Amino acid sequence: MAELLFWPALLAYGEAGFAYAGDARRPGPLGRLATWGVRLGWLVQTALLVAQAARADRFPWDTWAGSLNLFVWLVVGAYLIWGCRPRFRLLGLVVMPLAALLLAVSYAAGGVGGSGVRGYSTLFLVLHVGGVLAGFAGLTLAAAIAALYLWQERQLKRHNPALLRFRAPSLATLDSLVARTVAVALPLLTLGMAAGFVRLRHESDVDPLIGLTVLAWAVYGAFLVLRYGAGWRGRRAAYLALAGFAVVIALHLGLPTSHFA
Amino acid sequence: MNLVLVGTSHRLAPVEVRERVAFDLPGAARLAEALSEGAEAVCLSTCNRTELYLAHPDPEVAEARALAALTEEGLELYRLRDEAAALHLFRVAAGLDSMVPGEGEILGQVRDAYEAGSCGPVLDRLFRQAVHAGKKLRAETAIGESPASGSAAAAALAEQVFGDLAGCRGLVIGAGEVSELAARSLVARGATIAAVTSRTRARAAELAERFAGQAVPFDRIGEELERADVVISSTSAPGQVLSREQIPARKGRPLFLIDLAVPRDVDRAVAELDGCYLYDIDDLEAVVSESLSGRRREATRAEAIVAHEAERFRDWQTSLDVVPAIASIRERAERIRSGELAKAESRLGGLSESERQTVESLTTQIVNKLLHVPIVRLKQAAATEGGGYVEVARHLFGLGEEDRAQDRKPRE
Repeated sequence: MAELLFWPALLAYGEAGFAYAGDARRPGPLGRLATWGVRLGWLVQTALLVAQAARADRFPWDTWAGSLNLFVWLVVGAYLIWGCRPRFRLLGLVVMPLAALLLAVSYAAGGVGGSGVRGYSTLFLVLHVGGVLAGFAGLTLAAAIAALYLWQERQLKRHNPALLRFRAPSLATLDSLVARTVAVALPLLTLGMAAGFVRLRHESDVDPLIGLTVLAWAVYGAFLVLRYGAGWRGRRAAYLALAGFAVVIALHLGLPTSHFA
Repeated sequence: MNLVLVGTSHRLAPVEVRERVAFDLPGAARLAEALSEGAEAVCLSTCNRTELYLAHPDPEVAEARALAALTEEGLELYRLRDEAAALHLFRVAAGLDSMVPGEGEILGQVRDAYEAGSCGPVLDRLFRQAVHAGKKLRAETAIGESPASGSAAAAALAEQVFGDLAGCRGLVIGAGEVSELAARSLVARGATIAAVTSRTRARAAELAERFAGQAVPFDRIGEELERADVVISSTSAPGQVLSREQIPARKGRPLFLIDLAVPRDVDRAVAELDGCYLYDIDDLEAVVSESLSGRRREATRAEAIVAHEAERFRDWQTSLDVVPAIASIRERAERIRSGELAKAESRLGGLSESERQTVESLTTQIVNKLLHVPIVRLKQAAATEGGGYVEVARHLFGLGEEDRAQDRKPRE
């Protein structure tokens, strides 16, 4: 059942990605088609996750591939909060192809099937895996918004005459949205990390990824302090958000070889 | 009722001819009233067009009236009827017939003309549908979104930096007409012009007063630059007015500079500063040109929408022809029913009041049920196949024959 739901979800995300690309070339009905693709895909993926949870009768995303599946759902869910507005369609062009790709990777690695038996309680997994992944999802979205900011800033500096055609949000909106998204994501990451630290029993439980997670936390913590304390805005803040995201990517890539090994 | 349009526009007549047949709104209302005897009339008069829309049973009479109202030497007119006239109005309301495709002002002018006109069912439906088509087009296409002038482009770009311009402080350098136009565009989007500076103090004061701002001496420009979000510069100075060194540290606050002067007022190196966006007149022209070509591309999609609206109007107009025929059929059926019932009254003499009501209701229901399907089919066919079907129905039901027979009786 869960496997059957994977294909329509992937198809809807893929369709949304292509429709967003078409909408960027010529705004109009394709944008609405993309939005419906995102909504429909997310609903189907929700059903997929529910089916997985029902089958496992516990938190079933405690493998790397499984966590990737949940991560994609969280990213698309966070994007849906305001991503369906016409002005944020350019962001969909970044988010949806990535979501489709990661969902396909998750499927190939067995993330939509059953999970391994690890002996952790469901509460711990919800707090740790759920918290960390929700935090990462928010930070991924913040990075996508920061990338959109830098792209738009570059177009303004280069005097691209077609800039207005893209109907992107203003620099001020994007700048404030990056900061707000990080401000929401960081506490979730903190919660997930705290749950992980509480659960640490032996020295052998410590792996390099914990250090990397702390580094990511520190970068985003510094981002918030500099943004709200020292008035860092614009290009500098966007670059810092992207630097933090580079650490998040390294974390994701390292997960199958250490934490989930 | 036939729809007739007679008019002229910027496509046919130069301004010196158009101005002779231009009407203000009260004048357009008076003309519409004068033309509306036994008809419906609306006069749409803008700087680009004067058009008379009439709905009249005889299109020749309507056209002759409209032509008489627009007699001017050297005036070329177009004349359109029914669906073509409706399509034309829908294109006008959508801005597709405007000098700048998709311009939004015309929609308000169409609405004003409708409200000032002498409308009946046909023009009421036509103009309401035109306003609806104009709104629909703007919602479904991007035809009216991009700026069509340099000053509008500057304001749109400033919005791309700051979002909402409410609360943005503007500084104007040079108090000429060009600066004023750009400043107006910013103010229209919510910005405030806080300061105006010019080498001529009196002109600066005059412009500042118009925008409820302050005139500041040119040597105090540094202080104003610190607080400003948008700078408009258009002086006639032969050299640079604003150098890179004059721009104070922004501390993360963006600064949008619009240099409309030739030769340019602002040092090009300012554009390299972090958070500073500098646009000169050529940059803005490029944005406008791109935006106009985008509007033309959107116009193709828009044409399909207005054509669909015109078809809907044609279907509605055709369905109007069927209304009198249906009324006649019902009237004739009712006459036959009540006549036959009256004839049978003597034979039904022994009926009680409730039994009589039952017979009354029974005969009414038989008539209604018999007529239901033909009437529904007639409405459908009239909408899709035109007035010919109505004529067939008139012939089949013998409508009008009784009237002619009664007309003949007195002579006999």
